Amino acid sequence: MKVRALRRHTPSLLLFAALLVIWQLVPPVLKIREYLLPAPAAVVRAALSFSIPWHTHLWVTAIEILGGFALAGAAGVALGVAIAWSPTIARALVPFLVFVNTLPKVAVAPLFLLWLGYGILPNLLIAALIGFFPVVINTAVGLTQVDDELLDLGRAFGAPTWKVFLKIRLPNALPYVLSALKITATAAVVGAIVGEFVASQAGLGMVIVNAQTNLNTPVAFAALLWISIIGLALYGAVGLAARWWAPWADTT
Amino acid sequence: MIVLDGIGMTYLADSGPVEALRDIAFTVDRGELVALVGPSGCGKSTLLRIIAGLRPATAGRVAVDGRSVTRPIAAVGMVFQAPVLLKWRRIVDNVLLPAELAGLNPSEYRARAGDLLRLVGLGDFGDKLPRELSGGMQQRAALCRALLLDPPLLLMDEPFGALDAMTRDELNLELLRVWGEGSDQRKTIVFVTHSIPEAVFLADRVVVMTPRPGRVASVVPIRLPRPRTTATRASADFGALTLQIHDILSRPA
Repeated sequence: MKVRALRRHTPSLLLFAALLVIWQLVPPVLKIREYLLPAPAAVVRAALSFSIPWHTHLWVTAIEILGGFALAGAAGVALGVAIAWSPTIARALVPFLVFVNTLPKVAVAPLFLLWLGYGILPNLLIAALIGFFPVVINTAVGLTQVDDELLDLGRAFGAPTWKVFLKIRLPNALPYVLSALKITATAAVVGAIVGEFVASQAGLGMVIVNAQTNLNTPVAFAALLWISIIGLALYGAVGLAARWWAPWADTT
Repeated sequence: MIVLDGIGMTYLADSGPVEALRDIAFTVDRGELVALVGPSGCGKSTLLRIIAGLRPATAGRVAVDGRSVTRPIAAVGMVFQAPVLLKWRRIVDNVLLPAELAGLNPSEYRARAGDLLRLVGLGDFGDKLPRELSGGMQQRAALCRALLLDPPLLLMDEPFGALDAMTRDELNLELLRVWGEGSDQRKTIVFVTHSIPEAVFLADRVVVMTPRPGRVASVVPIRLPRPRTTATRASADFGALTLQIHDILSRPA
């Protein structure tokens, strides 16, 4: 099993390694200066350097991403349940949600800053705002895409609405919700970094902005590396959760 | 015993009112297997749901065992064209679903669920997920689910229509066996199908319906000997009955 998994990933690993080697060799050969394109070794050196308090920045950005992700997930499921529960709520809520979703989140970021001040909270909210919509829609769809015949069975046996909800609708929605959360995971990363770009006192997004003004490109790349590690870890965790909790859906 | 008296069904579509059923009247005796055949869209499935009390008829009256049907009737087992098993549940837990929905203690039905699965040859598959089973096996599991609470009445809506011909013939025989063909403990079955041979093979009587609005064109008694076997299909009477029903169906309304 392990060997097969390794063999499956061999092509992508080889490509990745080849790109790294080319990337390492090309700048010195073409005499590209480091502030334009730092070599991988320089990026790794910067990523592990103690001259930048990486753990603080990592912590701040990770909290924004995870907090935004959790909030988007919780709010998304709650709204999705409300929409699936009552057509009246759906008619009231959906146009409003569509409107909120079409707002460019970058444009909203300065307002959040104005209302909430500097800090983790506004960025966490932007991360949540950018990622909640797919969860709402998929939750509502998953709860309503139930075979009529199953609902007939529920009625034939006199099952109360909550029981049909708990035993049939909710488990049916689970894979839908989990696949929306994969989108939310990547969206939350974007949201947090966008927030930090607009204004922040700490975080990997701020590191990138500062590195850009100082022309310290290896540090910017290093921050990018850390961001992608958080993003991949979160995405991978959701993927594992999906395989664990909804093995019957089995989507890759 | 089921009594249908002057059943009519008109529903509102976007294009206006559509009359799906008109003046349906027939009875089904206790322990009898009645098949409903008719072209697609003649309202057979709707009629089944009206009997189950899942849809109200817009005209007429249904009574089951002397009581008017005004809401979903308990003590009915239903099998649909698709198995509609819960994908996340093991087969045995799918079979136990009616107990849970009816607010009974599922663990008390575990032994019966196992017996039923063995009866249809799924004894070793209780722990599998539905997607690990073929379509025919899933439909067998759906039959077990319908039988779990031992309902005196089974309503079957084209249950084998989506299966290949060989599996369908096999399941027809199995259904007759499960039904207790020849015993006096038999359940009452209303079986909707669009296959004339299937209707003739299974039924005591075949109710032939017209295209929309669905009406009863004819009720054909099937006096073929029971238990019915594969050889039944080769008999001259079987062929004659099939042809007779075919003629009724192709008669201009």
